[in-house]
Amino acid sequence: MTQSEKYTAAAYLVLFLGVLVYMVIIGSKLQRLQRQVEQLVELVKEKRTDG
Amino acid sequence: MSIHLKLPALAAACTGLFGLALALALFYAPEDADQGLSQRIFYIHVPLALTAYASFGWGAWKALRYLRTRDERADLESYVAIHQGVIFGALTLLTGSIWARISWGVWWSWGEDELVLFLVLFLFYCAYFMLRYSVDPGPARANMSAVYALFGVVLIPVSFLAIRLSKQFIHPVVFKLAGPQMAGSQFLTFCVCLAAMLMLFATLYAIELAGKRLDRSLRELKELLT
Repeated sequence: MTQSEKYTAAAYLVLFLGVLVYMVIIGSKLQRLQRQVEQLVELVKEKRTDG
Repeated sequence: MSIHLKLPALAAACTGLFGLALALALFYAPEDADQGLSQRIFYIHVPLALTAYASFGWGAWKALRYLRTRDERADLESYVAIHQGVIFGALTLLTGSIWARISWGVWWSWGEDELVLFLVLFLFYCAYFMLRYSVDPGPARANMSAVYALFGVVLIPVSFLAIRLSKQFIHPVVFKLAGPQMAGSQFLTFCVCLAAMLMLFATLYAIELAGKRLDRSLRELKELLT
């Protein structure tokens, strides 16, 4: 692999990894939102049982 | 069309266009006689930079809308656009640095106005988050953020035109008044890559915005229930 090929591959890899890292962060945020929804569902269920 | 229908369609279109852009950039565009294979970095580096400018510009437009209407949604949209701009800006700096290393033999050149001004623009918008999170949520934070975002937009044309005003010409000037200084196939590849990058911005913007709105709605719902 030539130097030119290595650097070109590295530049494209940076873009790919940037998008991938962003997707991982968004995925973890979605999991947090999912947990919040589950907590709210439990809260509503408790309120209905009490009421 | 609701956001539920929009997002998958946008993501699918983005994936398709990005696949086409990569195929054109890596296999269709002719190899540059001067720089060889490393010139193909141009097809991601320049669209990334232009998308970062577009993101900051969109953020400033939404900031202006917030100042005119005091609509909280515009504040959130401005924040998300600037966040995207910082991500695209960081990728521009990284890919540019790699390209500089292979083309000029250095990772960075402080003598290049284009590079330094882009870094200033990037750091200016990085500081936006420090300012935003140093103030409690509310109208005061939204006002300060909007004014700051609008100030930053002045740097965009300065950064864009710096290369034309610069006395040093290590950084190549590809787009001149006479037209693009490249072959038709290279220009077509560049246009597709730019469209794909803008589509990526639109998709990530829509995803992040949907997540932020959902988060806000859940907080409101939690407050109502407790």
